Amino acid sequence: MTLLEQFQLWLATMWPEWAAYVTPAIVGVVIVIAFALCMVMVFIYFERRLLGRFQIRLGPNRLGPEGIFQPIATAVKILLKEDIVPAKGDKVLHWLAPLVVFVPVLMIFAVVPFWEGAIFADLNVGIVYVVAISSVSAVGIYMAGWASNNKYALISAFRAVAQVVSYELPVVLSILGVVLMVGSLSLTQIVAAQTIPFILLQPLGFIIFFLGTVAEMNRSPFDLLEADSEIVAGFHTEYSGMKFAMFYLGEYCHALAYSCIITILFLSGWRGPLLPPFLWFLIKVVAVFFVIVWIRATLPRLRVDQLMSFAWKCLLPMAVINLFVVAAEVLWLPESLPWVMVVVNFAFAGALIMLWSKLFTLGGGRVEV
Amino acid sequence: MAIRTEPFILNMGPQHPSTHGVFRLRATLDGEVVVDVEPVIGYLHRGIEKLAEGRTYTQNIPFTDRLDYLASMTNNLAYVLAVEKLAEIKIPERAEYLRVIMAEMMRIASHLMAVGFFLNDLGAMMTPVLYMWREREKLLDLFEMVCGQRLTYNYMRIGGVSHDIPEEFLPALKRFVAEMPGFIDEYDQLLAENEILLVRSKGVGVLPKDVAINSAASGPVLRASGVKWDIRRADPYSIYDRFDFDIPVGSAGDCYDRYWVRVQEMRQSVRILEQAIPQLPEGEICAEVPQLLRPSVGEVYGHIETPKGELGFYLVSDNSIAPYRFRIRPPTLINLTALKDMVIGWKVADLIITFGSIDVCLGEIDR
Amino acid sequence: MKFERYGIGIAKGMALTFKHLFRPPITVQYPEEKLVVSRRIRGNELVWYPDRCTGCATCAKSCPQGNIEIVTHVGEENNYVVDKFEVDTGRCMFCGLCVESCPYEALAMGLSYERAQYRRGQLVLSKEELQLSDVRQPSGYARPKIEATLPEQSLLVNWDREKGGQKLSLVPLSKKRGRGV
Repeated sequence: MTLLEQFQLWLATMWPEWAAYVTPAIVGVVIVIAFALCMVMVFIYFERRLLGRFQIRLGPNRLGPEGIFQPIATAVKILLKEDIVPAKGDKVLHWLAPLVVFVPVLMIFAVVPFWEGAIFADLNVGIVYVVAISSVSAVGIYMAGWASNNKYALISAFRAVAQVVSYELPVVLSILGVVLMVGSLSLTQIVAAQTIPFILLQPLGFIIFFLGTVAEMNRSPFDLLEADSEIVAGFHTEYSGMKFAMFYLGEYCHALAYSCIITILFLSGWRGPLLPPFLWFLIKVVAVFFVIVWIRATLPRLRVDQLMSFAWKCLLPMAVINLFVVAAEVLWLPESLPWVMVVVNFAFAGALIMLWSKLFTLGGGRVEV
Repeated sequence: MAIRTEPFILNMGPQHPSTHGVFRLRATLDGEVVVDVEPVIGYLHRGIEKLAEGRTYTQNIPFTDRLDYLASMTNNLAYVLAVEKLAEIKIPERAEYLRVIMAEMMRIASHLMAVGFFLNDLGAMMTPVLYMWREREKLLDLFEMVCGQRLTYNYMRIGGVSHDIPEEFLPALKRFVAEMPGFIDEYDQLLAENEILLVRSKGVGVLPKDVAINSAASGPVLRASGVKWDIRRADPYSIYDRFDFDIPVGSAGDCYDRYWVRVQEMRQSVRILEQAIPQLPEGEICAEVPQLLRPSVGEVYGHIETPKGELGFYLVSDNSIAPYRFRIRPPTLINLTALKDMVIGWKVADLIITFGSIDVCLGEIDR
Repeated sequence: MKFERYGIGIAKGMALTFKHLFRPPITVQYPEEKLVVSRRIRGNELVWYPDRCTGCATCAKSCPQGNIEIVTHVGEENNYVVDKFEVDTGRCMFCGLCVESCPYEALAMGLSYERAQYRRGQLVLSKEELQLSDVRQPSGYARPKIEATLPEQSLLVNWDREKGGQKLSLVPLSKKRGRGV
């Protein structure tokens, strides 16, 4: 019984049926979108300051005390810019692409449990919904690249499709590992079943899922869609004004959404000893984002064929083997000894990583022209 | 049945986040594979060679600063050595040592910048750049202490150098030289075994040994291809034969070797500095040279090893106060002629990093 | 890609980046904090001493670009009286050859580097504007006597992290940081 459903029951005693049905929905939508957008602002500020600290410099610290109004200034600046549409580009697609990229990411927050019962829609196929929705943004990126009438955008668009499609598979397979352990697809059930966080129970699944979602988010080291040094700005070269703001917010919203999903699936969501659950949730989400920014600050980016090889030849087989191992464990190991599973899984993860380091080779290279 | 594709031309125009200057590259791409490359240069042409024919030999020294503006000391040194060769001027000992110290510091600064921006092209988001620029800032502070400017120094004069070093220069330089190997080890920890760097740059953009020699490449580009040729050893100028240093030579001629050669050259420059600082003698800093120098009629080619390659000046004199012909041999332009061989068959991302590993400076290419 | 060392190289790089989180940043927050420049700085200005100048125009002859314009007439004591001494600082590249060549030390480079103007015409400085004043101080380039009076330069290599650095907590703008200045 989620909080919104309780609210609806209470309203039904006072108001007519249709009002009691609609009002909690609107309240829930407003809260969820407010949370998403506020946290995106916080993440933008946090990332810029953190990147500055990694690079032994200060981040933005002029606007407001320690620069906390910087994201607001960024938003205002973007809103005031002129909205340029390329003359020969496809106007309808150009207008539609930012929506197709941004809206599905917001829809992910509908199934994220913030604490016990605080979820907008308690779907019993929650995680399938998340996976399905998140792959719609790839279409949007391709629309943006095509409608810009720009060769740089086109190159980035066809890299985008390849990248997003190929990293879906390892992500889904590692999710299946978690689902096997829990026995249910619903996100509240997954959080409720994590007495030991699944990062300890399935380290390999966590690594695969983490790398896969970093690739889905188009962040370093897989950020060749918007590789500043090669294809100027990739698919959003020709965008300015509010449409660019949608892409920009969409990228950080993606980061926030996937951080939330990682927290729920592997770090046991809102559970924790002393502090209130909502605070634990926020701490874990920010910790995951810290690791994502840390990776961005350190590593150079991969080339597109190396990225595809990494997905298909390295992550996908490991994800399949991981799935089989987890299935075997769930079937044969007794329920009362979860620590056996931890040890077995860690040893297994280590062995697989070593094996793959020896076996995995990269083809490609120079093409005869 | 293979799908028929059509190549298209991508113009990486003069304004681009990573072409190291105003450089235009028209690349013909087939999907992601580079089929043909056509560089277009001339966006920074200022006519230095013609302007120099109307100015005296001393007045030309600030112009040579602005050739490779990231390594001005070595440009000055090349020009001044050429003029001294032409006019047969002997230089005092202290000036020689000061010149070597400045040139090696310049080499470290230029390689820091080159390696940093090579990694920026790879996508490492300015982190290695900022770490390396911290060291470069220390060097630029030292240069500012000596000659007053941080980028275009105008320090060397015909017959020596223009200013003597102040007394706080040597302790600061000794401190820098003591700390620098530790920082180079830190860069190695960040980069040298980084799997992504290895897989992006090993075997990429290979310049074979015979192609390198035939296209007259020089500097780290040549040494990375396996040719042990350094003008400081092959045709020693100034007092380099008194110092003990190695010449790092790569084996494969790919981007990783060019990066590796530059890092090793930084270590060797630190080694030269450690030997030169204790040996610095007292004395004059500039020989007695007339203000309006009139060399005898003749021609000379004077060349040195700058961080980017072999910079040469071909001067023709007709016994007047200005040179009759002032020809500059730019190392990066001649290294750039090998770009087409290095890049065809690779992908767009490799094009960018191969170009970055040649380490061009447009001031030199366009003059 | 070949994880030749099982991803250890990446882990080492990330450890180094993490270590840098705890090093104080070396940013100098201009314009609230300024560094002490070198004593021999060739700043963006020139200082002219009218009492020492004899109008010999050696500086004008040694400028590679011809930025200095001098107009004189013969005075009563058979000397040159300088009517016009104009320097086009817009074209000047501040190489310092004029300062080095002056035999009477009548010209010096300036200390300031913040001499931007809104109009290009304002960069052509006449002889009144070029003289010594509160805002136009000479630097020690090729002038050892002036160099001896100027303060020592702030160097990054001598920066003491413990004294002037920033701790991990948020430090407001007014607290001193950067290069121990």
